[in-house]
Amino acid sequence: MRKPSRLFLLACALPLAGGCSNVEPWVKPYERQNFADVIMAPERDPVAGSYLNHVFEAREGARGATGSHGGGCGCN
Amino acid sequence: MSNGKRIGALTTLAGTIVASSATQGAVLPDDRADAMYHQYDGGGVTIDGPSLLVRKKFAEKYSASASYYMDMVSSASIDVISTASPYKEERTQGGIAFDALQGKTQYSVSYALSDENDYTANTASLDVSQDLFGDLTTVSFGFSQGWDEVRKRGDNAFEEQVDRRNYRLGVTQILTPKLMATLDYEVITDEGFLNNPYRSVRYLDESSGVGYSYQPEVYPQTRTSNAAGITARYYLPYRASVHGGYRWYTDTWGIDAHTVSVGYTHPWGPHWILEAGYRWYDQSAADFYSDLFPRADAQNFLARDKELSTFHNQMLSFGATYELPALGWKRIRRSTVNVFVDHIQYDYEDFRDVTKGGAPGEEPLYGFDANVVRVFFSGWF
Repeated sequence: MRKPSRLFLLACALPLAGGCSNVEPWVKPYERQNFADVIMAPERDPVAGSYLNHVFEAREGARGATGSHGGGCGCN
Repeated sequence: MSNGKRIGALTTLAGTIVASSATQGAVLPDDRADAMYHQYDGGGVTIDGPSLLVRKKFAEKYSASASYYMDMVSSASIDVISTASPYKEERTQGGIAFDALQGKTQYSVSYALSDENDYTANTASLDVSQDLFGDLTTVSFGFSQGWDEVRKRGDNAFEEQVDRRNYRLGVTQILTPKLMATLDYEVITDEGFLNNPYRSVRYLDESSGVGYSYQPEVYPQTRTSNAAGITARYYLPYRASVHGGYRWYTDTWGIDAHTVSVGYTHPWGPHWILEAGYRWYDQSAADFYSDLFPRADAQNFLARDKELSTFHNQMLSFGATYELPALGWKRIRRSTVNVFVDHIQYDYEDFRDVTKGGAPGEEPLYGFDANVVRVFFSGWF
């Protein structure tokens, strides 16, 4: 029988890590209102942000690690 | 293929749009619709077109989205006017995504198809994210598989394949009541026909009137890259935020790159959000890149793609978001209009402008400015 891939095992195991949520949060829920403000959103406008990453990938040799589905290649 | 490299990025763009919520933890993305007009203008190339996105939650645990994107390309870039004729073409892409929330775990799958007259790209992606430690930490990982087909205009027998794989890992951490940071790491592997069937390299040729001639470029059949980035966002003592980021990049073609970015976001009155940013990027050349090879077939691999040369660029960004008064539409509870303008200056350090003339290898170095405009409407329902 074929062994399940490591990625699949990781996908299954990650929810189990939820047990770690017993750790006492050092920033309390009532102290997090700043993160609910729209100006703190990492990617406020997904369409506009993705387009700019596309421009970078098309004109530069580097790719990936942009916090979203980066990578692939560039086109010019 | 727009006289360029592969267009797989279009596919990843679609994947990004429809599944970018994957790293945001165990909260399904808002129901929203976006309609954007985008334009890139610089270096003799104009690319513009529409981009659309619609997202909708259902049964409180699921979310689906669809996106559409189009590029209309008009190119008279330096590559084109050096060795070919200006051209126009179109490319379109579509994407769909599905998110499911189970407790503090979010699963996202997406598929995207990009198509133009000489390139087709298919990409499937899976992303998982999990909130930990009282929701202070979000861990995410994902995988994408791409299958591309490369064709060549005027040569019906030409058909090559490219296999792409992306492996990504991210951690977002709330550090203090005002500071959050994100670490991203991504490995990308490509295998197949990775160069451009239209592009040429130049080499010294005394028998030519100008002192050089051209031959087709030859790239390796594989490429693996590693990239790691950190970004941080801080809420200032008044209602405004600053953010900064750094990305390190290296690949098996010998390119090393560094990216630094900073930005400032400032609400103004009840309706406006203004922002400004600066980004610096620099890279070293690929091992097999040269602006001018000493002879024909000088080495196994040959490239004269300026995106593989040594260069740096700087970008200044400005943006404004205006929250519209209630439109009176039953289904739209909130809406904005947005304008973002970016100015980018590219300076190449070993890519020469052969259109300016001069002795081979002594032509002026190339550089150009580009403007990127994004105008869009967003509605939340």
